[in-house]
Amino acid sequence: MLIGGILVITRKNPVHSALALIVTLLAQASIYLMLYAPFVAGVQIILYAGGIMVLFLFVIMLVSIDRVQKERQFNSQWVVGIIAATALGGLFMAVYTKGKDIFPEHALPMVENDNTQRIATMLYGQYMFAFEIASLLLLVAIIGAVVMAKKKI
Amino acid sequence: MLEYVKSYLTSSQTPGAAGNMFWVLVYILLIFTGLAIAVMLMTWLERKVLAHMQVRLGPMRVGPHGLLQPIADSLKLLLKEDIMPAEADSFIFWIAPFIVVLAAFTVFVVVPFGPTHAITDMNIGILFMLGVSSLSVLGIVMAGWASNSHYPLIGALRSSAQMVSYEVAMGLAVVSAVLMTSLNATGTGTLSMIGIVQAQQAQGEWFIFKFFPLGLIAFFIFAVAMVAETNRAPFDLAEAESELTAGFHTEYSGFRWSLFFLSEYTAMIAVSSIAVTLWLGGWLRPFPNLLNGAIWDKAFSFLPGIAFLFLAAMCFYNTVRMPKHPLFRVQTIGLAVFGVFLGLVGLVLFVPAVSIRVQDIFWFAAKVAGFMYLYIWYRGTFPRYRFDQLMQMGWKVLLPMGLGVLILTASVALLQQKLWHP
Repeated sequence: MLIGGILVITRKNPVHSALALIVTLLAQASIYLMLYAPFVAGVQIILYAGGIMVLFLFVIMLVSIDRVQKERQFNSQWVVGIIAATALGGLFMAVYTKGKDIFPEHALPMVENDNTQRIATMLYGQYMFAFEIASLLLLVAIIGAVVMAKKKI
Repeated sequence: MLEYVKSYLTSSQTPGAAGNMFWVLVYILLIFTGLAIAVMLMTWLERKVLAHMQVRLGPMRVGPHGLLQPIADSLKLLLKEDIMPAEADSFIFWIAPFIVVLAAFTVFVVVPFGPTHAITDMNIGILFMLGVSSLSVLGIVMAGWASNSHYPLIGALRSSAQMVSYEVAMGLAVVSAVLMTSLNATGTGTLSMIGIVQAQQAQGEWFIFKFFPLGLIAFFIFAVAMVAETNRAPFDLAEAESELTAGFHTEYSGFRWSLFFLSEYTAMIAVSSIAVTLWLGGWLRPFPNLLNGAIWDKAFSFLPGIAFLFLAAMCFYNTVRMPKHPLFRVQTIGLAVFGVFLGLVGLVLFVPAVSIRVQDIFWFAAKVAGFMYLYIWYRGTFPRYRFDQLMQMGWKVLLPMGLGVLILTASVALLQQKLWHP
């Protein structure tokens, strides 16, 4: 996953970056598997790697290639970048050393057989409101895309 | 050694669930070999069946009745020059067929040929199959991009747009079938492929006949979407664009093209396996509930052997009809030997010990073979859809139908639970 992430930001060719992102997302799916969440891993592969990345690739491939290659690559914000990365790293180290009690001692014995059923029970029971709001958000996005793409309303 | 083999033959779990690496590898090899043979058979069968539908004969020269044609085709493809376009992105060009083949073959890890005859049984089996088969879209997009010419690029983008849109309809049809697995005592369904077939066995009817006509409509939606998903006629605008303009595999020659070809047939077999598992009762013999009992079980267990003996009889009949010319002597002998081989397989399938183990695999393979014949039939019968008609059908016809079937299935299932098991 780390290699995928580094490749995303260091490749000149945007198609190579998109492919590295696909590798990263597949590695993410395997991390979900290791956390005893097989349903989330499966849905990650279907939606992210198989759906969203295809649409990413559509956009990347349909944008003109010459303009991309002519743009000069620059990294003149390296000072701010190093400061931000050091701050983030310091934050991680602080959480790890000071807050040891939030990490469990051993791996929790999680059951993965009924992961799908438990997600369904929680999603349609306890978190129904969040589910409906998320679908409303997607509806707004779809309507916005249709409005932007139509020639005449 | 023999005891090890024997002790495995009576196990009640798939090798993956039992954690047995040796048998997992054996199963992987068996399935891979079976798929390779099936794909070669499909290429021959497609040409013969299309030819017979068009009132001509098809390949007749290479072997007896063209039976060695697939071998000749694969030799030709292996010996062709491997061209890579000059300005093409070589890494992506190289990796694109690799990804398509990977996605097509990895799906078979969960395909259930029997209650213990799968490589493994994930509890998200159907989700895994849908997800991994959607990764092949990425390979097609990359193939179109790496060819560095606008015809393959547009062909690839069209083909992937088609595949993505029909995945939605497929998903809805699959969801309505998975919904039917939850009509049991605990009200809990399952996503595992073996669990879905066992739910059909427990409920005593194939899901295609359940809540008539809802199961049938869901099956119909999936059947149409799966033909569009694998870029086959009548949705083969990307593939037949090779004749009109150019498809995504224009710049690929020789072995690379044969990888695309191989993965197309494998993907066809994979989505047919999904359809067979979800709606047609997987490895169950026909009429598991209506004609049950030991006598009918015994009668149906003779059918694998009878099928192979029938094929052997056809071989012998055609041997007799071969032209009686000295130049045809080798072909006649070859066909007779093939007939003897098929007859021996048929006779072995009559032995009860073999028949019990192999019966499930036979019924599953017979149903998938029926689907393959339907694929070839569609190709020979229907004219091609234009791209805008294709997308319109995917989004405006199949998607509302899928949603409607899902809502109706859920309501009827709820009514059934409330009225019959209050």
